[in-house]
Amino acid sequence: MKTVRIPPTLRSETGGKREVHAAGATVRELLDDLMSRFPGLRSQLVEEDEIAPFVNVYVGGEDVRTLEGLETEVHDGSTVILLPAMAGGS
Amino acid sequence: MANYRDLLQQVKAEIDEVDVPRAREILESAEPPLLVDVRELDEWTEGRIPGAVHVPRGFLESRIEQAAPDRAQPIILYCAGGARSAFAAKSLGELGYENVSSLAGGYTDWKRSGLPTELPRSLDGEKRQRYSRHLLIPEVGEEGQLKLLESRILLIGAGGLGSPASLYLAAAGVGRLGIVDDDRVDASNLQRQIAHSTETLGEWKADSAKRTIEALNPDVEVVTYRERLTSENVDRILADGWDVIVDGADNFPTRYLVNDASVWHDIPVVHGSIYRFEGQVTVFKPHEGPCYRCLFPQPPPPELAPSCAEGGVLGVLPGIVGSLQASEALKLALGIGESLSGRLLLFDALATEFNEVTLRRDPDCPVCGEHPTITEYIDYVEFCSGRPTHA
Repeated sequence: MKTVRIPPTLRSETGGKREVHAAGATVRELLDDLMSRFPGLRSQLVEEDEIAPFVNVYVGGEDVRTLEGLETEVHDGSTVILLPAMAGGS
Repeated sequence: MANYRDLLQQVKAEIDEVDVPRAREILESAEPPLLVDVRELDEWTEGRIPGAVHVPRGFLESRIEQAAPDRAQPIILYCAGGARSAFAAKSLGELGYENVSSLAGGYTDWKRSGLPTELPRSLDGEKRQRYSRHLLIPEVGEEGQLKLLESRILLIGAGGLGSPASLYLAAAGVGRLGIVDDDRVDASNLQRQIAHSTETLGEWKADSAKRTIEALNPDVEVVTYRERLTSENVDRILADGWDVIVDGADNFPTRYLVNDASVWHDIPVVHGSIYRFEGQVTVFKPHEGPCYRCLFPQPPPPELAPSCAEGGVLGVLPGIVGSLQASEALKLALGIGESLSGRLLLFDALATEFNEVTLRRDPDCPVCGEHPTITEYIDYVEFCSGRPTHA
């Protein structure tokens, strides 16, 4: 299993959980597993079968867009960070 | 028993001396030695040899390692006439420094030969006391403090992030702080916006913050802009001359506007954002590191991006994130340390956890990439309003 960090803006879709476990060997498989269990995440994470342009996905601290995108391998024990932009400052 | 004259003769026989013409030659070489002025503070402030560092003889043994950690580093010492530096050279020899010489004739001969001198800028007694804890840090010191007093930092927003950031920057002695904010102090702000108070309810935040800052440190000049940053006023505001921008805005249109303007004006931005228990901090250095658009090419649709006003924020969170921003801004102003450029720091107050992810420049970035497609201000509100078709 791999750990996926859910950003605060998406936690309403995961029952308030800040971390969830997900199964899969690649980012695509992980996200598919995640979105099948938490369908509300779909519109916030993907767009036209790609990672939505307003969200970043990091594996091992690296943006998967600079790796193999959705096909980036995720090894057991590694943490995946989902990061949508947040603008708040006040 | 030896008198002073005998002792000086004896010491001079044991150390190496260089005369002024030879010293000048060595100092102008490709690898000049470290030049150390061992005179007292009042002599140093009246003029020095350019490039010298000041280590008064009374502190020589305790402080020389900071200035010259490498025992093999060549060092030239000077005082007023060459006597104190001779004794100092002997002391450094005893400490294991291998390549030390004393300037024969000292500063007096240097000056008499018509060689360049400079007046070091220095802090007056009051400032010396106020900033004494900075002066004690080798990376800041008097030079650094003078630099801070001459630096100019612009804060976008005097709210959650801008409050702590502006107060720490003011306390640190940043000479000029600009504050852009078109909002007034509201009771719901006071749970976190510590630059304001119950007494300033209803005032412009820029004015309220200015009062707090001036009470904290009268050395700081505060320039207020009681307006919302827009495509129309951004060039005018940035033209006032800023070394660093601290972005504590509360909306996406301003974030993208600040980014584009900072790239075109070549001003680094210390970015911070907060939501509930979590914060993000990074530094965007135009053309050196990634920009905000490299990180997030597009804002999320508004329904997916709740603000603090909608989702709430732990009151102390902006205190932590804004202070990190102040720390990054001070480092940029001083030119020290490793900035957060290329790294996004994530803070989770609930788990008390810091995480870091790597940010990279996007060669296809529409603003800072190799072939920019956005070269002038756009309609940022429209860009952030839903499904932009451009960019």
